Amino acid sequence: MTLLEMKNIVKEFPGVRALDGVTFDLQTGEVHALVGENGAGKSTLMKVLSGVYPYKTYSGDILINNKIEQFSNIREAERAGIAIIFQELSLVKELSVGENIFLGREPSHFGVIDSTLLYQKAARLLNDLNLSINPRTKVGNLGIGQQQLVEIAKALSQEAKILVLDEPTAALTESEVKTLFGILEKLKVRGVGMVYISHKLGEVFQISDRITVLRDGKTVGTNETKNLTVEKVIALMVGREVGDIFPKISHEFGETALEVKNLSAFDVDNPNKKLVDNVTFSVRRGEVLGIAGLMGAGRSELLMAIFGAWNGKTAGEIFVEGKRVEINSPSEAIENGIGFVTEDRKRFGLLLEQSLLDNLTLAALKQISGAFLTHRSRETVAAQNIMNLLKVKANSPLTMTNTLSGGNQQKVVLGKWLLTNPKVLFLDEPTRGIDVGAKQEIYAEINKLAKEGLAIVMVSSELPEVMGLSDRILVLHEGKLTGEFTKTEATAEKVMARATGQN
Amino acid sequence: MNEAKEQGFKIQTSALRAYTMIAALGLIWIYFHWATGSIFLMPRNLSNLMLQTSVTGILAVGMLMLIVSGNIDLSVGSVLGLAGAIAAICLTNLGYGLLPSILAAIAVGVLIGVVQGTLTAYFNIPAFIVTLGGLLAWRGAVKGITKSETIPIADQTFKSIGQSYISPNIGWILAAAAILFVLFNTFRRIKTIKEFGLGEVNLTKEVLKSLLPIGVIIIFIYEMNAYAGVPIPVLILLAVALLGYFITNNTTFGRYLYAIGGNADAARLSGINNKLNILKVFALLGALTGVASIIFTARVGSAAPDAGVLKELDAIAACVIGGASLMGGRGTIFGACLGALIMASLDNGMSLLNVRDFMQEIIKGSILVAAVGLDMVGRKQN
Repeated sequence: MTLLEMKNIVKEFPGVRALDGVTFDLQTGEVHALVGENGAGKSTLMKVLSGVYPYKTYSGDILINNKIEQFSNIREAERAGIAIIFQELSLVKELSVGENIFLGREPSHFGVIDSTLLYQKAARLLNDLNLSINPRTKVGNLGIGQQQLVEIAKALSQEAKILVLDEPTAALTESEVKTLFGILEKLKVRGVGMVYISHKLGEVFQISDRITVLRDGKTVGTNETKNLTVEKVIALMVGREVGDIFPKISHEFGETALEVKNLSAFDVDNPNKKLVDNVTFSVRRGEVLGIAGLMGAGRSELLMAIFGAWNGKTAGEIFVEGKRVEINSPSEAIENGIGFVTEDRKRFGLLLEQSLLDNLTLAALKQISGAFLTHRSRETVAAQNIMNLLKVKANSPLTMTNTLSGGNQQKVVLGKWLLTNPKVLFLDEPTRGIDVGAKQEIYAEINKLAKEGLAIVMVSSELPEVMGLSDRILVLHEGKLTGEFTKTEATAEKVMARATGQN
Repeated sequence: MNEAKEQGFKIQTSALRAYTMIAALGLIWIYFHWATGSIFLMPRNLSNLMLQTSVTGILAVGMLMLIVSGNIDLSVGSVLGLAGAIAAICLTNLGYGLLPSILAAIAVGVLIGVVQGTLTAYFNIPAFIVTLGGLLAWRGAVKGITKSETIPIADQTFKSIGQSYISPNIGWILAAAAILFVLFNTFRRIKTIKEFGLGEVNLTKEVLKSLLPIGVIIIFIYEMNAYAGVPIPVLILLAVALLGYFITNNTTFGRYLYAIGGNADAARLSGINNKLNILKVFALLGALTGVASIIFTARVGSAAPDAGVLKELDAIAACVIGGASLMGGRGTIFGACLGALIMASLDNGMSLLNVRDFMQEIIKGSILVAAVGLDMVGRKQN
């Protein structure tokens, strides 16, 4: 039975047509996966569905149980049985699990909350889902995975008929993913229709009944999962053969630029726990070294520790161009010729409310200007040059950083570090959340930099990216180095096996 | 292209904010001039108004730099009282000379800045808490060392710092120097634009741009000389404001303050020593508080145990009216000084109109909230 139909949805933002006649439907008791590159329109489509973008700001029809619905806000969509679980969790950490589940709908008498009833209902709900979570536990004390499950319980307590899961497994461990999938199977039986958005195609194939691919705001195809293969879906997503993105370039290696011996980094809160455990590796001039591993494997921590930016204790030896160096702060790392394009540009990389110039020259300010006085014109020239080099699309170096698209912002972070003239460049998730076009430009830039003799260490959660760009791949699992492959040896299966701790 | 348009709009809005503030100040002045029967803009009152602005203005310059770094100092009023009391004790009770007494006041300010800066930056206690404690503790210290009595000051030279004027001729000489400086800067800017190939130079536009500050300088000196000359505290304020402008616009330290306030994580990972820079800016505010305390004490001619009460709020209000964000990363010295002038204009004008004390406070409070509210509405629309 058709639960939901979205017909010919068009949504425009100033200058961009984000959704261009998208058609999508959902049957009762099915998991319908929605896949596509970042910026393909998945989130926009779900925001239209859930009333975040109210009726009249888009065109096209939404039918629920064959009845046209026109939501003017999120509340109305919720009342029609739609629940969305966003990537960023929307739970109140200081409240208990039960309080969160019934937030805003607490059982009460004259405004006084009936806690007993609240926790009884919460316990029943959690029980139904086979979750062994105490409803009185503070949400902040749960792991991310369990929080995600609480969020699902919350959605179900609202008797959602349509459940949208946006990247639900991004922060989950393997066993938590299993629990989640168990719950989804159960919900299928109950007749709940689920939209499953994910970049992890393996999981998509495991759980979904049908797959719809979006590209550039259009539906490229919908088909039953059993008729599809991962390769086919990827081809539909990118609209071309995957091989194109990663030009086959062989780099010529020079001398060893960076060598790390027995590096360990300890947990800040638990000084006995090693998040990076005795890692030894080296990277040569002109080489791209990829670091693969699952979330929590210690990849970012490894880079942070080398860069002198890790807050906890560290141990080990670092050699730059064969010389032993002590790095206790990022400024010492910069002095030793290391640059670090950090992950999560909004949080760690950019001054969003300041100009491109302020961002680009920040790490190299003393090199460009002087120790005490800034030199505006020299900075402008340097910023303009690097913007031209990286093809940053902006009017001038005085443009505000927050007005740029994600891809251009990422180029600004990269440009900031290129201005420090590094010998070794760390890249942590260099293409997260940017569109395919910008990704390709960044890949080309990485190859160019390697050709010019830069040693590059790249961490990425996107396996194709690590495999496509790296000359050599290290695999981390629970802080330990569990595998090393050359480009020719590496296959996705081998790397994943090591990343999950198998041999 | 979309981005390009937004950019053009952004530049306009930030300039717009400055013009709006100048326009608001103009309206306030015209209103008071009209309401006071043409007294407000008389040279005598303008001189007085500038004098009233000086202490708040100096504090606001230091406060602005601290706020830009994402911190706040609630203790400046108490520190002002303490530094002033120590200067008075040095002069009157201990018989130290003029210079040692002045240096003692500034040293106290710096020392307190270092202590509070260390607690904030290196012990991770929020600046709000550290300086709230300071607000109480330093006030207590003032009461302790003055035994809760006012200490009179007899030294005429010291008092002249707060009470005298520079002679009209020297005023004109300074004006000439300032005008030369403006012209020199314009010339230098044109030269660097050419040297670095940063675009076309529009000579008429450049000349017009430098005419505005030159005009302001001439009118200012003319008005001040029409009464008694430029008051010394106002001269000190101008010097401090110039210094603050230089630090925020032309030094790496100033740039780092904006970076730390804008995104502390990004600043740290870009190799900036956040802690040391925060410590420095606390010390700088402390030094400026010491300077302000000397002017304050010299103007009054004595150090009272309640000297400087609520001054911190005037300084913070001046910054905020001037467009600074308490979240850090945003604000200008020009805005903070204009904010201080607006605050002083309200005080001065309402006193001339004999507005009752309680009403003055209500009006000032409302204007502060309204100014920030309007700013927020303007920001949202972008």
